[in-house]
Amino acid sequence: MLQQSLPAKTQLWKIAQRIAQKLAAIVALVLLGGLLSATLVRMAPGFDVDERQLDPSLSAESQLALRQSRASEHNILSFYAGYLRGAIHGDLGTSHALGQPVQSLLRERWPVTLRVAGIGLLLAWILASTLAFTACLWRLPVFEIFGTTVSGAFLCIPAAVLALLSVILNVPGYLAIALIVFPKIYRYSRNLFAKAYGMPHITAARARGLSETRILACHVLPLAGPQMMALAGITVSVALGAAIPVEVLCGLPGIGQLAWQAALSRDLPLLVNLTVMVTLVTLLANSGADVMVYMLARGES
Amino acid sequence: MTRARKLACVVVLVVCAMSLGANWLAPAGYAKQFREAPDAPPSRQHLLGTDEVGRDRFARVLYGTRISLLLAPAAALVSTALAALVGGLAGYLGGFWLRLARGFTDLFLSLPWLFLLITVRALLPLNVSPLTSVLITFLILGLLGWAASARVLSTSADALRNSDFILQARASGLHGPRLFLIHVLPNLKPVLYAQFWISIPVFILSEANLGILGLGVAEPLPSWGSLLRELEGLISFREEPWRLVPLLLLIVVMTSFQLLLSNEEVTA
Repeated sequence: MLQQSLPAKTQLWKIAQRIAQKLAAIVALVLLGGLLSATLVRMAPGFDVDERQLDPSLSAESQLALRQSRASEHNILSFYAGYLRGAIHGDLGTSHALGQPVQSLLRERWPVTLRVAGIGLLLAWILASTLAFTACLWRLPVFEIFGTTVSGAFLCIPAAVLALLSVILNVPGYLAIALIVFPKIYRYSRNLFAKAYGMPHITAARARGLSETRILACHVLPLAGPQMMALAGITVSVALGAAIPVEVLCGLPGIGQLAWQAALSRDLPLLVNLTVMVTLVTLLANSGADVMVYMLARGES
Repeated sequence: MTRARKLACVVVLVVCAMSLGANWLAPAGYAKQFREAPDAPPSRQHLLGTDEVGRDRFARVLYGTRISLLLAPAAALVSTALAALVGGLAGYLGGFWLRLARGFTDLFLSLPWLFLLITVRALLPLNVSPLTSVLITFLILGLLGWAASARVLSTSADALRNSDFILQARASGLHGPRLFLIHVLPNLKPVLYAQFWISIPVFILSEANLGILGLGVAEPLPSWGSLLRELEGLISFREEPWRLVPLLLLIVVMTSFQLLLSNEEVTA
């Protein structure tokens, strides 16, 4: 009993160690990402220029007050330290451009992006994996040509054009995201399935009369699964990136549109928060996929 | 070379030749306004009609293609050189430097490409001369697009560092930059070429994305991005199908690049 429980404990310890390592790396990268974005905004030309300073009706005192309101942002390290102190206490600062607390802006906008990017991602996965699986299972040239042509065509169209086309054709924005992500999933998963179906043990399983469902569940998915998981992590980042042009051009009030507004108005607090959030989501998705792959691999061994 | 790749090669060469010969094919130029014929449909004088301010669309497509097709490889050259410097050198040095370079590339790769690109471009001056805007746009692509290539190169250089011929060279007394330039870098050439060619279509698409969002090449200079921006005013495809020509041309060129690059991707 003791002999059996020891390897399990060791395994759990190793998984916990890996998760801890990943979390430490995520924290370091997120903090660095935030600092990098703050530095970029600080160095951008016209950073401390406020449109209101051009208003002739404002008195000299008001102009001075406006300039002083951004004085804390001049030293980027002290700004960032202050931002982190505030973030620990739940205060993410106030947006200069929109005049609202960043926290409330994020609370309003995240659900829109999560919905648009989430549905788009789900549609892309369903479409791509079904097409890839069908092409590999039936091995008919029609499916192969169709899948390759369609994915190739969408791979050649810029994300912003797909967003524009969705506006012209009056279709929801998530469809544009689905079509942006779809070719990346299709190409990769098709290759994975083809490789798995080409293995000698699958040919042997077929010869022994195993059903296709059983071959898929017991032989193909365990082979392709870990890499599909890694791909899932990457596609989250692709969908988040695609959300920017889609939300801007389709007029969807999500994080992508907010990032666009923040960048154009050089809104330091908002942009730093958005960079931190986007980096965090991307890294969590990738690391989550990585840990799952690790657990699957250990489970198999 | 397969028939499809040969065809792709011909397509890219024809498009390049046509864009380089824009001065002869469309002598009116990309900025001349035919004020008497704004938004004109295709005719013998204007093969693809004119835009809303009366500029010949055919000329703009040719000049825009020239800008995108010439400057995307230039940006790819910058990004590949940076990747060779960061990734190649880190892989060659190994240890702390390799970990540092990987951390740095991880930081760049943790931000979605479009998010990073749009944010950085929006932070730079937008109200600049057309030539400056072209340089800024493609320089940004080159300076930000090195991370993925650097990661591939660092892995390749790391594998080379422990190879027999490098050990032999070290044993013969070759060290430092000389060893890197004479033995490591030439052996990274296939990966460098692959990364260079792969970057070109990525940068063409990225420029198009920036252009559509109004962050690309400034007017009146055309590029694929600014040409595709015209689609914003399109109500339906049936009304003015000729406005889709830049998009179709982009798809054709990108498909040709895809066909040509299938081998390079395997190398990478």
